[in-house]
Amino acid sequence: MPVKAKPASRAGKVAKKTMTPATKNNTLKLKFDTSWTYAPAPESKSAAIINKQYDLFIDGKWQKPLSKTFIDTINPATEEKLSEVAVANEADVNKAVVAARNAYEKVWKKIPAKERAKYIFRIARMVQEKARELSIIETLDGGKPIRESRDFDVPTAANHFFYYAGWADKLEYAFPNRKTAPLGVVGQIAPWNFPLLMAAWKIAPALATGNTVVFKPSKTTPLTALKLAEIIEEADLPPGVVNILSGVGSTGDAIVRHPDVNKIAFTGSTEVGKMIQRAIAGTEKKLTLELGGKAANIIFEDAPIDQAVEGVINGIFFNQGHVCCAGSRLYVQESIAKTVIRKLKDRLESLIVGDPLDKNTDIGAINSRQQLETILEYIEIGKKEGAEMYQSSCNLPKKGFFCKPTLFTNVAQSNRIAQEEIFGPVLAILTFRTDDEVIEKANNTPYGLSAGVWTDKGSKVFNMTKRLRAGVVWANTFNKFDPTSPFGGYKESGFGREGGLHGLLPYLSLKG
Amino acid sequence: MATKTTTQRLDVLKTYKIYIGGQFPRTESGRYYIPTNAAGEKLANVCLCSRKDFRDAVVAARNAFGGWSGRAAFNRSQILYRMAEMLEGRKAQFVDELMLQDASKAKAEKEVSLAVDRLIYYAGWCDKYQQLFSAVNPVASSHFNFSVPEPTGVVAIIAPQSDSLLGLVSVITQVIAGGNTCVVLASEKKPLCSVTFAEVLNSSDLPGGVVNILTGKPSELASWFVDHMDVNATIYCENNSDVKKMMQEKAAANVKRVFFYDKVHWDSEEGQSPYLIFDTQEIKTTWHPVENIAGAGGGY
Repeated sequence: MPVKAKPASRAGKVAKKTMTPATKNNTLKLKFDTSWTYAPAPESKSAAIINKQYDLFIDGKWQKPLSKTFIDTINPATEEKLSEVAVANEADVNKAVVAARNAYEKVWKKIPAKERAKYIFRIARMVQEKARELSIIETLDGGKPIRESRDFDVPTAANHFFYYAGWADKLEYAFPNRKTAPLGVVGQIAPWNFPLLMAAWKIAPALATGNTVVFKPSKTTPLTALKLAEIIEEADLPPGVVNILSGVGSTGDAIVRHPDVNKIAFTGSTEVGKMIQRAIAGTEKKLTLELGGKAANIIFEDAPIDQAVEGVINGIFFNQGHVCCAGSRLYVQESIAKTVIRKLKDRLESLIVGDPLDKNTDIGAINSRQQLETILEYIEIGKKEGAEMYQSSCNLPKKGFFCKPTLFTNVAQSNRIAQEEIFGPVLAILTFRTDDEVIEKANNTPYGLSAGVWTDKGSKVFNMTKRLRAGVVWANTFNKFDPTSPFGGYKESGFGREGGLHGLLPYLSLKG
Repeated sequence: MATKTTTQRLDVLKTYKIYIGGQFPRTESGRYYIPTNAAGEKLANVCLCSRKDFRDAVVAARNAFGGWSGRAAFNRSQILYRMAEMLEGRKAQFVDELMLQDASKAKAEKEVSLAVDRLIYYAGWCDKYQQLFSAVNPVASSHFNFSVPEPTGVVAIIAPQSDSLLGLVSVITQVIAGGNTCVVLASEKKPLCSVTFAEVLNSSDLPGGVVNILTGKPSELASWFVDHMDVNATIYCENNSDVKKMMQEKAAANVKRVFFYDKVHWDSEEGQSPYLIFDTQEIKTTWHPVENIAGAGGGY
């Protein structure tokens, strides 16, 4: 902005006179004090049906929980109750595993692979048919912006079923010189950040490879998985092939420890992942873990800066930062640090925080009170450690769990906000001078899930992407996902891959 | 030890050392043990390695990792082939050691030959398994997307107790063919070939630290092989269920990958496979946008 330009004419004087003090931060170069505001554009809830109460989906039937317990699931944007869902206890889990075992031995493993494929195609189609309903429920139950659930979560979930459906009768092409066999009953435990999508990531490859499933959604976001159970019922999948059990931590524990489960697939925190790895020690159970991350997003001075800034914003604020592969550590080359930080602050101001059901909303509600408390605690830690905090000046809704998009500058590599996964809209910004330095810093973490690089130089892209120790590396882009693209971590971010051809392997045994 | 005295000339006995970072030290602990063969003959004063030796070896392996994994696959292949050449040239020495450790001549000769062949087998895979396990993924958005295997990192290996040469060579080679570096604990009862194999490695252009060989007792060292926070994967080749359970439990501290090869028959075709290389590989997926001028499907 040419604020200090010499007023060469009358126009300059006028501009001077009308200049307002409304820029909220003197580092900002854009003004946000225009009269432009967005009118509310809420998505109608009429396309969604939510029952008052949900039982457990076991053996193709909705069954009352033996635990006789139900818990509320709330809308984190309003704190209002949406529904109540059954809590599966050990006995319920056992019932589901028995159903899954029977279905595996008597039905599923005998069905021709091409028929198995058709069931999965059918599920994919029905997810598409009910896409709007699923999007609305996903947003109500989890707090994510409707734009994301509508344009990303739900379509990607349907695509995942489509992709793996086609593999069912083609497995012999996937692993040269090997015969494949399913493992049997797989127990799957999903997180709350992408509830339906994670269900698809887990269930689709498991079915395509001929296994039967006991699936548990997260305590705070069970509804879309239960809607998926309705779809599975409607698709006439043989009873017991997929069992969906809502519940709490002890439900997951019962699945992990059940002796007749052949494989566990878990997505969630590194802490719980380690507990599961210990819990199955000494058994023959196979394991896939997709755990936490602290991704480095690296901007070099030759990068297209505006694109990079947009990518950084998407990298950390997508889904309120509730993303295991979120670009939560930004490394900016020193020469452009000032410019990038200014542009980031500008962009932060323009993000719309609020009602997740509003189609204009960029950042919705934090998933739960507990998670909001964790995030706020980390923000306090960041301040105490001496980093400088900057938050958007937006107003937060009075009710519900919301957090202002936040960034920290002057962060040290050893600061907790640069080392630990926050799982919220909080970005730690660090700087570097040389390629070697930034590789050293980026890889200096126990995690290794994802990373990002922004540079206009092709050879540098490949130098960086090769040396970054992470399972997914985005170059000049970030947070992209596709059913054909394997996803998963190095080091303490877990092992095994989900997606693509590589995502079949965790559900198969290979024989010579 | 284990040598016949002659009136003519006194035999020169070999001091069996360990192999860390391309050097041949004795154990820092100063401890030794004396394995014997079936006839009760003492084999040697073998190093009884300590936890500190293991830690030193992990440091050497970590330091070597960047260079080894960064080498051209073709170059790794040539070095593995060179190892085979060196082993072939020293066949007689290995046959003698195996016979001293209770193998018949025929069996010893077969084991050494198979070990040479295994090196050749994996030398050939060094620049091919990547093509087998890679993929270009047809994503729906305008991106170029591909997945390639990369080495897991530092691998700690407790080698098979029997097949003291072939098992050791197999498990080391499948790990380093994939660009990993390793620390190996040799067979406790039959350690001689492992030290002599280190001498082969040392004359094969293999950079120091890529393979580190220790001797000692698995019962003492196994827990450190899974405890160490800078080890990425652990391989165990025996069928002891208590040890297996202990390893899986401790591995969780840093989400180590653990592999059990107690069911692998090293002396058969099953004992070699690109899928064994694949065990200690991670899949990395890289995305890059593709500029899309004038929409999809434009002619050119």
